[in-house]
Amino acid sequence: MKKILWSCLAIVLAILGLLGLKTYIDYQSGDHVSGDKVLNFYNWGDYIDPDLLTKFTKETGYQVSYKTFDSNEAMYTKIKQGGTSYDLTVPSDYTVQKMAQEGLLEPLDHKRLTGLGNYDRQFMNLSFDRGNRYSVPYFWGTLGILYNSKKYSAQDVAHWDDLWQPKFKQQLMLVDSARDVLGFTLISQGKSVNDQSDADLAAAQGKLTSLMPNVKAIVADELKMYMAQGEANVGVTYSGEAAQAMQNNPDLRYLVPSEGSNEWFDNLVIPKNAKHKDAAYAFINFMSKPENAAQNAKYIGYATPNKKAYDLLPAAIRNDQAFYPKQATLDRLQVYDSFDKTWTEKYNDAFLAFKMSRP
Amino acid sequence: MKTRISWTYLIFYGGWLLLFVIAPLLLLLWQSLNTGSGHLSLDNYGQFFTSGLYLTMAFNSVWYAFLITLVTLLISYPTAYFISQLKHQQFWLLLVILPTWINLLLKTYAFIGLLSHNGVVNSLLAGLGLGSHQLLFTNWSFMLVAAYIEIPFMILPIFNALTEIDPLLSRASQDLGASKWQTWRKVTLPLSMPGVKAGIQAVFIPSLSLFMVTRLIGGNRVITLGTAIEEHFLVTQNWGLGSTIGMILIFAMVIAMILTRDRRKS
Repeated sequence: MKKILWSCLAIVLAILGLLGLKTYIDYQSGDHVSGDKVLNFYNWGDYIDPDLLTKFTKETGYQVSYKTFDSNEAMYTKIKQGGTSYDLTVPSDYTVQKMAQEGLLEPLDHKRLTGLGNYDRQFMNLSFDRGNRYSVPYFWGTLGILYNSKKYSAQDVAHWDDLWQPKFKQQLMLVDSARDVLGFTLISQGKSVNDQSDADLAAAQGKLTSLMPNVKAIVADELKMYMAQGEANVGVTYSGEAAQAMQNNPDLRYLVPSEGSNEWFDNLVIPKNAKHKDAAYAFINFMSKPENAAQNAKYIGYATPNKKAYDLLPAAIRNDQAFYPKQATLDRLQVYDSFDKTWTEKYNDAFLAFKMSRP
Repeated sequence: MKTRISWTYLIFYGGWLLLFVIAPLLLLLWQSLNTGSGHLSLDNYGQFFTSGLYLTMAFNSVWYAFLITLVTLLISYPTAYFISQLKHQQFWLLLVILPTWINLLLKTYAFIGLLSHNGVVNSLLAGLGLGSHQLLFTNWSFMLVAAYIEIPFMILPIFNALTEIDPLLSRASQDLGASKWQTWRKVTLPLSMPGVKAGIQAVFIPSLSLFMVTRLIGGNRVITLGTAIEEHFLVTQNWGLGSTIGMILIFAMVIAMILTRDRRKS
């Protein structure tokens, strides 16, 4: 008995020791910066060129504490609970709309924003945030088709409907997201990605179920790894993920079907309970500068909404229609509206029914 | 003196149970009765039991958990039996336990490397002139990886039960004229049943709610209740329905416990 007690005590002591060590290391590495000259930045993982953070600190004197999240929902929950205060975060379009509706965002004072004129007009004043009251776009992209050019040509996958061809049997990989998969099905039927009609949704679900024989797997972030390894020849995914897969496998190509697709935006916003608003404004202005936005776009590989930064990019990037589609396609892109609980669930249940259907 | 020590234990243990077992269960129950309108109702349960989708999914979960448990048991019993007959038992046991020290996700990713289109297994098959096959995203690969993950948890209790059996019993049985097979069938197997039951509990229950493996190896071709819970907490944010599915899983586990409980003691 005594032996057990002693070993318990030893374990507790070891844990306390490790905790103390961790606090010390955190303190030393300046991970927990406090004081006034600080920016608490809550961003997606690996979503900024780290050199820009150093440059920002050098130029403005603000220390950046960089924390990351991996989904809009995770970020939303954390901001809503309000345990930690962040000064700047990067929600996608529909999440901006949802957070603004719930009063979680600080309205932007446009007089304090110096670089708004640099942005492309067609990426401003969008349906999820009219007049850019709460948000400034950070990156934008599309949903499209990633394919292996050694097996198929661009003609094979030029339209969403092409995915239903029998020759793609057991070849497709889809991203595990209800709105994206139902979205492209709705577009293929000439409907809107924000369709809120039970009949249209049921029709889309029916059409989607007939796609099942072609579907090899429905996966999340792993899609880019599988595609790069040649596990599947055709995949439906986001432009940013496609860019990373193409870096690892030069045979891959990405295209946006000409009948349209979803267009997404990640945006800089200031949460309502931010403590260092000056720092947040300074950072938004810093990122609006063409040379900084261009450097970031080159590093991340996503498309920049900053017109002047776009002009600074090398011609090879600017003329890449996969990531900067031509105007005719751009005009047909649709942004997701934020759905209420009922419709979020209707879409999810339709998607679940599709996933559970057997070919 | 002695009572004081047992009181300290009781307070510590009771506090632990209250904080980390009873309180979370009550929270889950409360969430599952909460429909967002403020008052409590059974709406979530109604929604679950009237939806063909969720019932099919529940059936799938139980069916796959059953298959995984069966495969694991078929592999583990002979393995545990042979290890219990060997000289350096502790060494062989260590080899069985070793994989549990590695993170689950890492093991899953290792299997992607093994089973993928250009993976080790397919290269071997192609080298033998058997051509390459689709191995990932099939029911078989899902079962293989799930069983691989669960095997140590089945071998250990069976092994312990087997080594606890007095070796004189089987010698006596053979002295009395029973064949090796009869001895195993009439003496060893019944005496090792508690280990088998403990193993089934340790494997069946976690298998009911596997979810990462269903996506990474199964490519979401196998959908279990674990996937639905993940979706309701992360995507639809319908914590009520997510908690309801959680409660139903707990209920399924209680049934599994009752079916496999040790009757001699009760």
